[in-house]
Order: sequence, then structure tokens, then C-alpha cells
Amino acid sequence: MSKSFLIDTTLCTACRGCQVACKQWHDLPAEKTINRGTFENPADLSFDTYKLVRMREEVINGKLNWLFFPEQCRHCIEAPCLETAGDPGAIYRDDKTGAIIFTANTKRLNAAEIIESCPYNIPRKGPDGTLAKCDMCIDRVENGLLPACVQTCPTGAMNFGDRDEMLALAKKRLAVAKKKFPKAMLIDPDDVNVIYLVAYEPELYCANAMASNAVFDITRQVALGRMIRPLTNIASRLL
Amino acid sequence: MTNHWIDIGNSDCILIMGSNAASNHPISFKYVQIAQAKGAKLINVDPRFTRTSSKADIYTSLRSGTDIAFLGGMIKYIMDNKLYNKEYVSSYTNGGFIVGKAFSFKNGLFSGYKTNDIGPLRGKYDKKKWAFEMDTNGVPKIDRSLKNSRCVVNLLKKHFSRYNTKLVSKITGTPEADLLKVYKTYAATGARGKSGTSMYAMGWTQHTVGVQNIRSMAIIQLLLGNMGVAGGGINALRGESNVQGSTDQCLLWHIWPGYLKTPRASNVSLAAYNKKWTPKSNDPLSANWWQNYPKYSVSLLKSYFGENATKANDFGYDWMPKVDDGVDYSWLTLFDNMYKGTVKGLFAWGMNPACSGANSNKTRKAMGNLDWMVSANIFDSETSSFWKGPGMNPSTIKTEVFSLPACVSVEKEGSITNSGRWMQWRYQGPKPLGNSLSDGDIIMELGLKLKEVYKEGGAFPEPILNLKWDYMTDGLYDPHKVAKEINGYFTRDVKVKGKLCKKGTLVPSFSWLQADGSTSSANWLYCQSYTEKGNMSARRSKVDAPNNIGLYPEFAWCWPVNRRIIYNRASVDLKGQPWDKKDWVVRFAGNVKNGKYVSKKWIGDVPDGGWYPLENPDGTKRKDAKHPFIMRKHGHAQIFGPGRADGPFPEHYEPLECPVEKNYMNKQRMSPVAPVYGTDADAHATCDPRFPIVGTTYRVSEHWQTGLMTRPQPWLLELQPQVFVEMSEELGKLKGIKNGERVKVASARGSLECTAIVTKRFKPFKIAGKTVHEVGVPWHFGWRWPVSGTEESANLLTPPTGDPNTRIPESKAFMVNVTKK
Repeated sequence: MSKSFLIDTTLCTACRGCQVACKQWHDLPAEKTINRGTFENPADLSFDTYKLVRMREEVINGKLNWLFFPEQCRHCIEAPCLETAGDPGAIYRDDKTGAIIFTANTKRLNAAEIIESCPYNIPRKGPDGTLAKCDMCIDRVENGLLPACVQTCPTGAMNFGDRDEMLALAKKRLAVAKKKFPKAMLIDPDDVNVIYLVAYEPELYCANAMASNAVFDITRQVALGRMIRPLTNIASRLL
Repeated sequence: MTNHWIDIGNSDCILIMGSNAASNHPISFKYVQIAQAKGAKLINVDPRFTRTSSKADIYTSLRSGTDIAFLGGMIKYIMDNKLYNKEYVSSYTNGGFIVGKAFSFKNGLFSGYKTNDIGPLRGKYDKKKWAFEMDTNGVPKIDRSLKNSRCVVNLLKKHFSRYNTKLVSKITGTPEADLLKVYKTYAATGARGKSGTSMYAMGWTQHTVGVQNIRSMAIIQLLLGNMGVAGGGINALRGESNVQGSTDQCLLWHIWPGYLKTPRASNVSLAAYNKKWTPKSNDPLSANWWQNYPKYSVSLLKSYFGENATKANDFGYDWMPKVDDGVDYSWLTLFDNMYKGTVKGLFAWGMNPACSGANSNKTRKAMGNLDWMVSANIFDSETSSFWKGPGMNPSTIKTEVFSLPACVSVEKEGSITNSGRWMQWRYQGPKPLGNSLSDGDIIMELGLKLKEVYKEGGAFPEPILNLKWDYMTDGLYDPHKVAKEINGYFTRDVKVKGKLCKKGTLVPSFSWLQADGSTSSANWLYCQSYTEKGNMSARRSKVDAPNNIGLYPEFAWCWPVNRRIIYNRASVDLKGQPWDKKDWVVRFAGNVKNGKYVSKKWIGDVPDGGWYPLENPDGTKRKDAKHPFIMRKHGHAQIFGPGRADGPFPEHYEPLECPVEKNYMNKQRMSPVAPVYGTDADAHATCDPRFPIVGTTYRVSEHWQTGLMTRPQPWLLELQPQVFVEMSEELGKLKGIKNGERVKVASARGSLECTAIVTKRFKPFKIAGKTVHEVGVPWHFGWRWPVSGTEESANLLTPPTGDPNTRIPESKAFMVNVTKK
């Protein structure tokens, strides 16, 4: 049984403990930032930032909202990045957890293609061409620990466990959220292992909160296209 | 907190006002949202829409410094609509007490007011004018039917009759419809079995009316019967993990450990001291717990001076420092005296006054007048390096600075006491780095050195030489020895409660402490925390109490005597049965015979005294019962509070610096008794066109206090790299300021550069028909970190005034201007 996250944004207070815990566990350096007229920082995900809490001020039905969205890799069930790469030494799925893992060998992939293949715009390229993103804290999970972001979350917004448990919890939480937020929904629950519960339209939270059907399908077609052209990949690697 | 963190989850309505709990107490939101999931309403009132507001069912704004107007309107709403719990108010509060005829309130002044010529106090009240009428036995006259026109609730109703929503809205800027929505929702918790809680922090305390802000809420809680119940209470969210513990252990100048009084010069002997501070009640139904005062004061002296404290020498009372009568020694006054050159030495221990004190320019200049300063901290700070800070000329500063490297909290063993009064033991993680030492080790060494030096002579060496100072094991500070000392020992074989207690054994709880020197206790409130059964604060049982409301009585330990919700005997009716049948705190379960209770038994939380309830099941009154508010002289909670410096009822006064020419509620613009400091560094300006914008200060999740522990931490600096000023889009447009642009924020006292956050989360206020803007700046920054040196403390802006009771500075409401750089 694969593992899943449920990220209940209706409970997220944007304390950003998850963002720091992620850096701490992965020993990622801090980025040099400035205040850009918002609490949100750094400006984007990066090779050194796998998790970023997006903050949006939105007036909905005449009422101000501050929407929080801890953005990270969705660990797709059919992952376009993995399919695009077609190189299990660089991107593979961990069978036990369902985690999509990027290795140091991602350096040999065409980074732009991989990034383009992701319907959620997650992977980022390092200075030497290596790609990086959330690894589900697979080293922690394999040792019976929760991912660092889940461990640190004070409010219960971040949840992690067996996929069927998380789906059940998602259903329960959605029912609760619907009472207050009639438009509440789960984002792409059938396609991903990181399921977000949002109170309003996903696009209000973050540009790539949801894989729009069109984008997802096209990307997958692209990915499949790449898979039947393995020689091209090999050729480009040889070059 | 009268209650505790987990208990917030039991509430039916949570009012967060004067706090941004989601940002500054992130874990509290676990319990807030547990309550919400069960249907509780979250109300948030804040000048700015915050992370807390983002989760609120009802959010509305108010202008900083107008909380009493807002809450006074709620008191009026509750009284006008008779939404109070009459049985609770009449039986448990002083609502029925008859106030003497000398009490009055006219033109914004309570009776007994006299102006004061010598600063910083502007005036003073003769509190005798506010006394209750007494019967021939010296017990307050009480009209439990609440009909007498001079009883407290009727005076309260009269006092707040002026606080109509129209006038409140004119002062606060809160729309009337929002006021009514908040009042209605919160007042609904007055129904029996419903609870409402209040979560507040510095947003209420840091005002010239700070104490009365909290008094206003306490009055509301008493009217609605919300004190002592699960999901109720007055809950101060403390800003440091152990600030509750350090306050309990007398961090502040006016108290000894356990909230005993610091002796005044006029308390010339131990007997005089005890007589002065031990309240007397002639009411047989009043427990008047402080009647035990001498037991606690003598046990404290025995702890300080050990064998050297004897009955013959007043247990060393003469060795304790005395403060002059009527003189204040608080932070603002200390730095005022330092600025004037009369204070010559300073220990800045785990503190960063250069950034944390109000009017920091004055604080920084004041430190230049010192002969010496010792800074014990984990990093170099704006304080220890003040002499090379902005605007300083090191060659002219003679202050000698000693820096003592302290280790960090996880590197030492000991306890912290959280906001919910839970004393929690922590084991040591890694060993201290390098030459850094725990505070305990630094203090022990300092004490030993002082003893050594004083042996050679000096002025008044007795206090140092006689001090018991035996808290080391193998040359190192031993936190267990100190924890046991705080709990207390029997100092000789003694029979107490019919039991022989052996010399050197730990006292089981404070009811065993004695005034004859046979017991010691360095803090009576913590007596029971470390007993012969072991270290109670190290317990970690996850088993709940039978009432199943999250008390977890064997997880850590809580003062007093492990009572998790204080005033809990007010959670039951006169017969001892809970108002709330579901989330009950305590209930009386004694046997009944012929309609009378015949045996004593309480279940649930540790009750506030195990006496019988006031009434038997058949409704007859008992003579062996006690009123539930046992810490009050008369056993009743105080809706009328005649002990405060600024009046027995709260009243709206404007801050020292405000945007209005006059107070629309009464004829006194600002608190007539608030101190205002008057050196050349204490400039202030109200209704001054140079400073037309209301300013406030606050915190963010990502930094801690002055930021000294967090600004050198790259991961946290990545999240919040720069000091910012938040303002409305309207103000941004008015000033031509764009989001993300660097701007200058200035007050009459100082200025700093900030990054503008132009946001929908601030909105201009309509105050008395005029548009008033407000901005806010976090106070976590300072020039030492980040290394750019460009980020400064918001306390450069804050004003030279504070609350007349506590002298906490008015850091939450003052006037500024914002200009393009």
C-alpha cells in the first residue's frame, strides 16, 4: 500500500514550521531573500527549497481571506516526470511508499523536459543540472517516522499515512469543511499521493494547485511519446 | 492562564483579542481548531487581519488602544439584555456588594483623585473612597437580590450605560453591525452549560490601560459565568516559554516568589511586614487563603538563609532588601534613572534591552551612562555591543561590558512553566558548547565569588554571607537541588496534621507549611512539585481525569496543588453540581442523608478547597462551606476592583499619543494616573500633523522576542529577512508607496527604515467621521543581525509611558508617520 499525505488547508495557519523542518531534515541551505511586500518567502520553490507555503489575499464574496497552501511535490500515481525521464537510475518510484525519488543521476536528464512534464511545476534544477524536489522524507518514513513537515505541523493540517487511511480522512475532513465552505474540494485525489483539501477554487491558492485536465493529459501524452522514443534519450545522453 | 492550552478545545466560543495566537502561539491553534470542529465560534478582533483572522468565524477590526470602549459596549449589551448568569453573579462575585457613598465617577475621574506634581505619575487616587459598606461584624453588606441601587452590578450598569454602539463605533472605528454581531455571539456563552474563553497577549497588556483592558474582559467572564469552567477563563498567552515560571519566581521587582510582596521600608520588622500583607476577613464563609501569608513568607526566608534564619533574628528578614514606599522600580523607571545617571551597573541576563525596551534610543543612551554592564546571552547582541551601535561614538562611552556566554535551553536540565501553569521537567540534550555555561552555573559561581569577596568585609555583608548556597553537586549546578529547595523541606522533626515529619524530608504540599521556621519553601505555590514521591513535573502519564476534559492530571505538574483549572468551584452551582453537565470540571459527590450532605467528596479536577458546597441538596445553607474565590479576601470575584491604581471599573481613555483631540467617552483624554516620563529623550506628540498615523507593534511566527535567537538563524531569516511596515492600500496610495518599497517610519522619538507591505489586511478607520490610518511594525529586528545592519527595532518608535499598575510600556498604540525613503 502506498503512502499518502492529506494537506487540509482549512487548518493551515501558515506558521511555516513545515517549510523550516523540511530544510532542517534535508540540511538545505537558506536562500538569501528580501521582503517582497509579502510574508511569503522565498519567492519560489528551488533546488534548495522543496516546500513553500503560498499565501494569497483574496476577497471572496466581499470577505477578505488569507489563503495558505503548503506547496510540494504531489508524488503522482502515474508520474509524468518519471515517465518523461524513462531512466529509473535518475527518477524512480519507491514501491513501498509510492514516493517519486529524484537521484543525483537526474543530472544526466534533460532538465527542461522534466520540469515541463510536471503538471504542478515542482522540480527545480541545481547549478550542476541536478534536479531536486520533495522526497517524502523517505529515509524517515522507512524508519517508521513521519515526514519532517508532518511531524512539525501544530494544527493537523499536514497528515501522512497509508493511502486508504488518508483517503478516508480526506473524505471525513471534506465533509466537515463543506459545512463552512460549500465549495470545498479535494484536489486531484485519484491522481496523486499528496491530496490537498481546499475551501475555495484551487487556482485562488497557487497557480499550479491543480493539474488542469488539459495540461495533465497533454503532458502525459508528451511523456508517453518520450517513452516510445528511448533511443533519442540514449542518444542525447551519449552526447 | 486560569485554564490551560488543551482546555481551549472545550470552549463554545473563543474571543481572540489583543493577541495573534495563530502567529505567535502556533500550537494553540491545534486546540482552537479542535473547538471549532465541534461547532465553537472563533471571534477575532484586531486592527489588522492576521493569520488568526484567517481562521475566524467573525473578524472585525478596531483602532489600537480602544479595547475598553469595545468591551465596555459588550458589558452594556449583556446588562441591557439581562444575559448574565444571575445566580453566579449574585453568589460568586461581588456583584451584590454595596459600595460606600464616597464612591463616584464624574468627568472621567473616580472619586479620590489628586494630581501629582512630581513625575512621572500624573495623578493618584485615594482608594479608600471606593470602599464597600460593612456591617457591624466587619463583613461587606451584600444584596444578593441585586436590587440595591448602590450594589456593584447596578453601579456597573450605570457606569457602562454611556457605552452605546454608536459612541463605541465612533471611538473604535468598528462598524456598529460588527459590534452587535460580536456582542451577541459572545454573550450567548452566558447560557448555563455554555462556555466562552478569552485568549489575549501583549495586545491588551501594553497600554496605559493594560490592566483595565483585562479587567474589562474579566468582568464579562464573570457576568457570563465563564470563570472556573471548562472552555472558559481569562487566558494570558505568555510570550516566552518560561515567562510564567520566571514571573512565579519573582522576575518582577514588586514581588517575592509566589506573589508575596517585596517589603517596603515602612515594614520595619517581620511582624510588621506580615501584618501589613496578611488580609483579614471576618466572614466565616470566606476561606481568605492569604491568611496563610506568614507561613509562606517565613518558609521563604528559611529557604534563603537556612540554619542562619532563626526566630530570634526574624528569620533574616532584616537582610532582605526593602523598597521605598510609593517608589516604582520597574523597567521604565530603571532605565529612566540610568538615563539620568543614578543607576551605575546592569546585568542584562537573557535580555536585549537595546531592542526590547520601549523608546530604545533612550535605553541605548542610558546604557552609555553605566560604569559596567554584564550581558549573559547566547549571542552577541545589540545590548552587549550597544557602544558600537548606530549613532554611538565608542571613544566617548566609558561603560565596561562583560559578556558571559550562556548555553541554550536544550543544553541544560530543568523545568519550564508554560502559560497554563504546567511545570514541565526537561532533560538535557547535547552538552553546552565551548565555554558556555548554564545560567544556573553562572549564578552559582557568581554567588560563591560574592561570598568570598564579602568575607573580606564590605557594606552590609550579612545577606550574602548568610545566604544558603548549596545547590551544587560535584562542582556543578544541580537543578534537582534547586527544584527541591523551591518545593521546600521540613527543617526539623515536627508534628503537622497529626503526622510526624522528619527533618530533611520534602514538604508534601503548601498546606503543611508553617510560620515557625519548621519548614522551608522557596516558593509556596510550587510546594508539592517535588516531594518524597519524586519530581512531579517529570511525570508523563497520558491518562485523563474521570471528567475526560483533557486535564491529564499526571502529565507534568501544575500550580497550585496540581489544579488544572483555577476557581473551579465556580464551575458548579451552590449545591456543588456543574453548570455544564457534559464538560464538567469538578462535582460534589458526598453522601446525602435527609436532603443534607453528610460526607465530603469532590471528583474531577483538584477543587479550590475541599469544603462542602454552599447549599445542601434540599436548598438549606451550610455554615461549614466557603465561597469559591478563595484567594480574594471576601471570597468573591471582583467585578468591582477597588485595589487597582486607576479605578474600580475600567474606563476608556485614549493612549498618550492618539489621533483624536479629545476622548469622546469622558473629559479626560488619557488615563489620569498613567506615568509619563519626562527627560529630553521622552518626546511625545498627540494630534500632531507630523505624526498623523496610528502605529502599533507586533510579532511574527518566524522570530522570537527581539529576534536575538532567531535573526542569526539563516532558515528563519530566509522566511522573514527584513523589518516591514504593514499599511492599507488606501494609505499606500495616499503616500505614493508601492508594495515592497523601502520607506521610513518615524515617531517623535525615533525612526527606522522598513519594507512596505501594502495590503488588504489593513483598512483605514472611520473615527468620529474622519479617516484614520494605522500601520504596524514587528519589533524583532536590530542592527546586529542580519549583518547588513539596516534592520532595526520597532521599539525606536514606542512611547515613554505605561500602565499605572504595572508600568508595562504602551508599545501597542502611538503615533507615527510613514514617508518614502
